[in-house]
Amino acid sequence: MNAPIIELDGVSKRFVKPLDAAEKVANLFGAGLSDEVVRAVDDVSLAIGEGEVVGLVGESGCGKSTLGRIVAGILDPSIGIVRFKGRASETLSGAERRAAQLAVQMIFQDPMASLNPRRRVVEIIGEAPVVHGIVPAAGMDAYVCEMMRRVGLDPASRRRYPHQFSGGQRARIGIARALAVRPQVLVCDESTAALDVSIQAQVLNLFMRLRQEFGLTYLFVSHDLGVVQHIADRVAVMYLGRIVELAPADAVFSAPNHPYTQALLDEVPRLEAKKKKFSALKGEIPSPLRPPPGCHFHPRCPFAFARCRVDRPALKEIAPDRFSACHLNDEPGPRPGKVFEHRAAAAG
Amino acid sequence: MSEPILSVRDLVVTFGTREGVLTAVNGVSFDLYPAEVLGLVGESGSGKSVTGLAILGLIDAPGRIASGSIMLDGAELLGRSEEALRSLRGRRLAMIFQDPMNTLNPVLRIDTQMIEAIRAHERVSERAARERARQALLRVGIPSPEERLDAYPHQFSGGMRQRIAIAIALLHRPAVLVADEPTTALDVTIQAQILAEVQSLAAETGTAMLWITHDLSVIAGLADRIAVMYAGRIVETGSVVDVLERPIHPYTDGLIGSVPSRNKRGVPLAQIPGMAPSLARVPPGCPFSPRCPRATVTCRGTMPAETPYAGARMARCHHPLAGEPLAA
Repeated sequence: MNAPIIELDGVSKRFVKPLDAAEKVANLFGAGLSDEVVRAVDDVSLAIGEGEVVGLVGESGCGKSTLGRIVAGILDPSIGIVRFKGRASETLSGAERRAAQLAVQMIFQDPMASLNPRRRVVEIIGEAPVVHGIVPAAGMDAYVCEMMRRVGLDPASRRRYPHQFSGGQRARIGIARALAVRPQVLVCDESTAALDVSIQAQVLNLFMRLRQEFGLTYLFVSHDLGVVQHIADRVAVMYLGRIVELAPADAVFSAPNHPYTQALLDEVPRLEAKKKKFSALKGEIPSPLRPPPGCHFHPRCPFAFARCRVDRPALKEIAPDRFSACHLNDEPGPRPGKVFEHRAAAAG
Repeated sequence: MSEPILSVRDLVVTFGTREGVLTAVNGVSFDLYPAEVLGLVGESGSGKSVTGLAILGLIDAPGRIASGSIMLDGAELLGRSEEALRSLRGRRLAMIFQDPMNTLNPVLRIDTQMIEAIRAHERVSERAARERARQALLRVGIPSPEERLDAYPHQFSGGMRQRIAIAIALLHRPAVLVADEPTTALDVTIQAQILAEVQSLAAETGTAMLWITHDLSVIAGLADRIAVMYAGRIVETGSVVDVLERPIHPYTDGLIGSVPSRNKRGVPLAQIPGMAPSLARVPPGCPFSPRCPRATVTCRGTMPAETPYAGARMARCHHPLAGEPLAA
């Protein structure tokens, strides 16, 4: 891994819903209500190397989008430090901080929600680089044309509005807008999830081409393991606000260590599995309002033992570059390997 | 093979719009056999959902079924009165949708909705109906169903709501279940749970399923046969193994190639250039020809006919990738 471009150090994000007036009154009479606190991200440390593609996977509600927004600087962490090129944002001067913020751009899932429907594409893409002094106002038109060509859009359509484009083209507009401020890091939050497979393939190829052209670093947030497997160098698996496994993509997909990763991989539908018997991980992801104690995964884990219910496992290096947060790695003797039988059956 | 339970022939569904009459489904034919799972695959706008809605007689104006035939148990459905269709829907035919929040009534408790669904088709006491509802919830894996019957839809998670929708759809052991992307909005772990439930329930009740999806990987694990739709037409059908391993139509091949897990890491994905045509401007000849690497002058001029291939397969292509067409 190259020198880290972004480092998260013990980052947590809490969302608090304060008591409303009625609940405060109820408390006067001894109802004993307290603020509702959601720990969307719970003590996460992650370093992203320059030029690397890190995939961040997990189920809905695991905090992956919140973490992506913290990396992109849209949300501030409640606790912990985010460093850009080794420097924490609090220590930067105003101009430096703006430069650091411009250097990390985000691409969203739904281009219809993230593109202003009343602005023309030329304004959507061109506004930020002009405001930030990257191009003079007079050069905006030419600059936008260049950006549109880079992402495979016809510059002749720059006077149109977002609704006049197809889903795949709108995704490209979102990418062109992010690229226009010359970022070094792109945070892609489910950026291809809403697209048809054939269009998704086109956009993923575009991401990979841009990576080479501009030397970009990516944090690729997705629930689609197939996409992440294809595009990522390293994969971080999140469960209920915590990273439970972090390892090179090949290792995660060929020999997952954490029981949650194993279960998750097991349930990915694959073209190769003809008429398989679906068997399933029991239960659903618990509410982050009341996460279980100890290892968050223990209520669904087939191997949970007493220690898992009280003691939070740390993310430990189990092999070079491979990290997993599971107490089983401390236990002597062979690990339970194949969790779910049908994978063995499907492979055989 | 036994008689098909559902037989669709030359189905044409049109929508009258300001831009003229759009043909969303253009001559679709297929058979569904008892206890079979047929996967109907296609991208947005290919007409797969409209096909599903047409089977249940749920096409609303400005859409209409212009021609064709839909036979259930050997009896024609088209042209039946709304009343006759209503007695079939929920009993012999059922459908589950992508978003169960649109299926469930948000202001009625689950028990009210389920009891109503049971008593709509059977003369049973309210008590007996409630007991049936409880058992149906238990079967789709809803914990403590007795208490959950008293809950409202918003009190359930997305996966649980979809289970309830499935429980309601299967209450009367329908002959045919049309499933329109029911797991698309769900996480993989929940999707796997739902697929597991549906698989065992359908096997138990002998229900035949038309599973509509854009996700080939889901179909690979679930279906017996696949039908691939493009621009309102079925362009290829065959068994799952045949279609996924030896696709005949270049569009099927392109779709399979676009799935990331099929490709080598770091190497650009095999992509289909361009995008699916708008229904207002379907290209002449084979609608896939502008995107097709094998297209010739013939393809741009004439629509390929449905051609049978060995192994009970069918494809519409002038330049098939695999197999020899059977002589007619």
